[in-house]
Amino acid sequence: MLVLECPYCGVKAEETELSPGYEAHLKRFGPGSSDEEFESYMFARKNPKGVHFERWRHVYGCGKWFLAARCTATLEVFGTYPAQSSEPPADLVAKIKAKRPDWKGYK
Amino acid sequence: MSDPVSALGGATFDGFARVREIGPIGMVTLRAKDVAGLAEAVKAVTGTALPAPRKIEVAGERACGWMSPDEYLLVLPYAEAGAAIASLSKALAGQHFLAADVSDARAVFRVEGEKAAQVLAKLSPVDFAALQPGELRRTRAAQVAAAFWADGDGFTVVCFRSVGKYVFDLLASSAMAGSELA
Amino acid sequence: MSTRLAKGGRLIDRTATQEFSFNGKRLKGFKGDTLAAALLANDQMLVGRSFKYHRPRGIVAAGPEEPNALVNLGRGGRFEPNQRVTTTELFEGLEAKSQNHWPSLEFDVGVVNNYVARFLPAGFYYKTFIHPRPFWKHVFEPIIRQSAGLGAAPKDRDADRYEQAYAFCDLLVVGGGIAGLQAALVAGRAGARVILLEQTAHFGGRAVVDGEVIDGKPADAFVTAALAELGGMANVTVKARTMGAGVYDHGYVLADEKVADHTPGDGRPKHRLWRIRAGKILTATGAIERPLSFAGNDIPGVMLAASVRDYVVNFAVSPADRTVVVTNNDDAYRTAIALKEAGLAVPAIIDARSNVTGELPARARSLGIRIEAGRGVAKVLGGKRVTGVSICLQAGEGAVIDEIACDAVAMSGGWSPVVHLWSHCGGKLNWDTTNAHFRPDAARPPLNHDGGAMVYAAGIANGAMTTAAVLADADAQAQAAVTALGMAPKPAELPYAAPVVEGAMEAVWIMPQGATAPLKSKMWLDYQNDVKVSDVQLAAREGYESVEHTKRYTTLGMATDQGKLSNINGLAVLAGALNEDIPQVGTTTFRPPYTPVTLGALAGEARGEIFQPLRRTPMHAWHEKNGAYMEPVGLWRRPYTFPRTGETHEQAVHREVLNTREKLGLLDASTLGKIIVKGPDAGRFLDMLYTGVMSTLPIGKCRYGLMCNEQGFLSDDGVVARIDEETWLCHTTSGGADRIHAWMEDWLQCEWWDWKVYTANVTEQYAQVAVVGPNARKLLEKLGGMDVSKEALPFMQWADGTLGGFPVRVYRISFSGELSYEIAVPASHGAAFWEACHKAGAEFGAMPYGTEALHIMRAEKGFIMIGDETDGTVIPQDLNLDWAISKKKDDFLGKRGQQRNHLASPDRWKLVGFEALDGSVIPDGAYVVDSGVNGNGQRNVQGRITSTYFSPTLKKGIAMGLLKHGPKRMGEVVEFGTFKNGVQGTLKARVVDPVFFDKDGEKQNV
Repeated sequence: MLVLECPYCGVKAEETELSPGYEAHLKRFGPGSSDEEFESYMFARKNPKGVHFERWRHVYGCGKWFLAARCTATLEVFGTYPAQSSEPPADLVAKIKAKRPDWKGYK
Repeated sequence: MSDPVSALGGATFDGFARVREIGPIGMVTLRAKDVAGLAEAVKAVTGTALPAPRKIEVAGERACGWMSPDEYLLVLPYAEAGAAIASLSKALAGQHFLAADVSDARAVFRVEGEKAAQVLAKLSPVDFAALQPGELRRTRAAQVAAAFWADGDGFTVVCFRSVGKYVFDLLASSAMAGSELA
Repeated sequence: MSTRLAKGGRLIDRTATQEFSFNGKRLKGFKGDTLAAALLANDQMLVGRSFKYHRPRGIVAAGPEEPNALVNLGRGGRFEPNQRVTTTELFEGLEAKSQNHWPSLEFDVGVVNNYVARFLPAGFYYKTFIHPRPFWKHVFEPIIRQSAGLGAAPKDRDADRYEQAYAFCDLLVVGGGIAGLQAALVAGRAGARVILLEQTAHFGGRAVVDGEVIDGKPADAFVTAALAELGGMANVTVKARTMGAGVYDHGYVLADEKVADHTPGDGRPKHRLWRIRAGKILTATGAIERPLSFAGNDIPGVMLAASVRDYVVNFAVSPADRTVVVTNNDDAYRTAIALKEAGLAVPAIIDARSNVTGELPARARSLGIRIEAGRGVAKVLGGKRVTGVSICLQAGEGAVIDEIACDAVAMSGGWSPVVHLWSHCGGKLNWDTTNAHFRPDAARPPLNHDGGAMVYAAGIANGAMTTAAVLADADAQAQAAVTALGMAPKPAELPYAAPVVEGAMEAVWIMPQGATAPLKSKMWLDYQNDVKVSDVQLAAREGYESVEHTKRYTTLGMATDQGKLSNINGLAVLAGALNEDIPQVGTTTFRPPYTPVTLGALAGEARGEIFQPLRRTPMHAWHEKNGAYMEPVGLWRRPYTFPRTGETHEQAVHREVLNTREKLGLLDASTLGKIIVKGPDAGRFLDMLYTGVMSTLPIGKCRYGLMCNEQGFLSDDGVVARIDEETWLCHTTSGGADRIHAWMEDWLQCEWWDWKVYTANVTEQYAQVAVVGPNARKLLEKLGGMDVSKEALPFMQWADGTLGGFPVRVYRISFSGELSYEIAVPASHGAAFWEACHKAGAEFGAMPYGTEALHIMRAEKGFIMIGDETDGTVIPQDLNLDWAISKKKDDFLGKRGQQRNHLASPDRWKLVGFEALDGSVIPDGAYVVDSGVNGNGQRNVQGRITSTYFSPTLKKGIAMGLLKHGPKRMGEVVEFGTFKNGVQGTLKARVVDPVFFDKDGEKQNV
């Protein structure tokens, strides 16, 4: 059972205090978008074996959504950061690259 | 008008720790962040400083707890919630905030005694040894949301009113004599 | 005969006799006995029958690995099946009954299976029960049901209580032997928060039984001193009777504390399940001795060698006067020596190794024990009890050289480290050829949240085979763990144990190695599930190459002991049959729990009243007092109806509907979700959330709104009230408040985080009462305090004020089509206000009504209900709610989704009303049939019922549903498929307007 540190309140919350929100950094496509764009937003998911970026909500805590980078295979957590981020922080990206040289990036 | 009635009418349980429902208690949810005069506005209502993240500032029967980066819980006598909201609204007028009376939406308990923490340790995934002085911990108690802080000879526990009986029964079951953890 | 020795017994108190019963026989044991020890002391070696062949089975082991000795324990509310006698502590009044035999343990009919064993081969079930098909129901199933199963299922409610607790530490040490103690000392001295778990009541593990010497003193002294030192450390918690059950991600460990198993009924919880979060985990879980595979190795009296000395040393129990030891290693010589020192006879040690050296064999020789090197057991003699062994050359095929009379056989096939906890979360193993076992590979440990090692194995659990090695390894592993935790181990002298020179063990998987088929068909691998060497070999011949498949095919290791004795022997036999190396064949997956955890502990406090949180409105007690029949709505309990004496629920519901339509009904609507949305961007935000426009709603007014998910499907509905310039109050469905609040926060936090909007879920702040019916206004006027006239408070407006002295907010909204006010009061006044309404309303015919009347009245009006008309695949347009969807807005959540061609198709099923031609109630969920059949040969369908009721107002059945091209087919007669009492039929119904009652809304606009 995972433990993730909420970047807002600093609580190291266990999974039962959190609720999952699936893949992070999806771009919303609304009216005017093509079918392909809408599909990418609504349905296409990376589901990688390895480094993955996810949304979590500290639902039994401060109620804030945050983002987490973790390895889906080993459950290593590289870091968590606020949901108000359009891309992962540079230091986190650097940390993951150092640990996983084969990682192709979050996009 | 009738007198306000708390969720369980002051139920109590005596085990290796004592559990009692207290209230009704005045509570105001204040959502605001980086607003001019916030600390003064809160102080005028609770008499406390604005709490640091995850902390609660207590002054007698009043308190202000940090709930999230843009939310505070103001605790005060039940009858004063309306006036508190009016005071906040006046002080923060023209700025972005939300103050809502939630006095009736909560059930509040005291869990008291030397081993009070053990009662909560059966229900919440919280490391009590690592709990800071004055920490307001939001978590879950078994299957529902709860918040508590250490105060006096025990803890004050807050949950939603509709599950007040569930939480009281949980606390009572956890506090049963003979089930001490140590 | 097994019996109690006159002297000795480390763990028993001879001054405290405890009475217990086995199969009704009254027996005596001592305080400190396990049930196994007490049974053996009373010569009760035969304790059960095997699962498949019903062969007589005795006690084999002394710990949790015991495969045979399971009993039904206790009675009534304290009855528990499948309890291991080797781990059950004796207490006064204990009652045990043996399992899996009929009619009695001594004489069991099922043993006939034993004589037809050649017809019950591996995969018997798979092979036999396929054909002929009719046999399954009439022959196979009844027989299997009769003979299957181990213990009996408890019949009474569990009389005990259970609980769970959370604990946190830097280092969790599992296992209280000398390795665990040494590790805990190292970590405790370094200042780490340590929890040390021991599954039994006693610490010290094997070392104290085997008379090991540490720092020049008996190991007992080391254990006592270690416990004293640990007890003095505030940062160390030591827990006995607590089994480390499972290791999970990020240092999460479940442990089962048997608080009151040995003191039943003393008021304490029976078990406590610890949910531990540890920085690092150190497994000092010891090792389990392996049986040897020789013919007749399951006859009562054949026991594990170390277990034999456990009984002698710990409990002063002699398993037999004459015990033959059979081994492939030096350790079993300790048993021979212990027996000899206790004054018992050891007719021979049969050692499969031809070259027997080492200190222990030398000591055995000096005690005058006959050692037969290079020999094996050809066969154990005896039926319900060992009478002797015939011996042969280990290298041969089993020709008998000699027969030795004895009453017990102590066997040792070597030791397998307990790697379960290491393996649960992905720790990998290496095959150690020297000791013929799998042990943890420190280079491939289970990983923690930081990518580092999460588990450290120590002592014999890590393959350290001597006391000196165990202490050194535990010390080193604990230091490594402490260092990895960022702490500094304190320098301290390693406890000293003199090295013992042991001869190398020699892997023996079949005894004798060239055993003939008849012998192999009597060599048991899995005692509990009756899997023999011949079964595994047969599986290999039949093509089962994967150990995982062989396990399931033969059921090897699938019994309640989970193969603690059988797995390694089984896979070695499989490897031999496949002509492969053992590591190539690999192990099966170790899964938690290590030993069974009772369901009560897993449920913890969640039973009875607190099985699940029930949400209660402020009027809940009134409802209960007034006979409400409650129904669940999410976690809420709401009155379904308020039946009166002599009324059926249906009659009560109809009365409530008619009374509300004709006079006055009162509904507890407190569960309605209420969310405040405030801020400069609140209007803009709500315009994105709802399909309609909320930003233009004038202050003081209400507007009905729909919310969709991004796919376009309808997700919630409710009335929105504009409170002031920047504030709106959004009502949600009863079950939807938390979900919709979370939905709002999701968008505000994750997508539009620069918008200035705050939300607050104030659902529980207010009790809400719907005052409904022609007399609604009269009631409010009588309560008095504010103007509720049509002019002052028209339909779809709200006003603050007081009623009967209560502070209220009154909404003029209607879900019934009647003149209706929904009145919010602070929850602390909810019950009083509700009672005031009833008191004042009595003269106007006020009656409470429940959710079913609510549903009927809304259906009569054609109002949709989220969850009835919607199911996650329905868009607002399907429900003819186009009027509530803004055409002007560029965007709202779900708009793009609704533009997809399937959702924009003119062929979608749309909302209509249905009336059965015969006036009956159309069955819920019934489908409108169409011509032809689909690819599966099922009748094509073109629509379905979503809501259906008998309308007491209209005195006929009414229904709403979705129908292809529905609104264009008014008046058409369609056919529903029905299925009643097992008979398929059809029902004709007319397509009608879904608004059945008061189409022009005259009743509510008064």
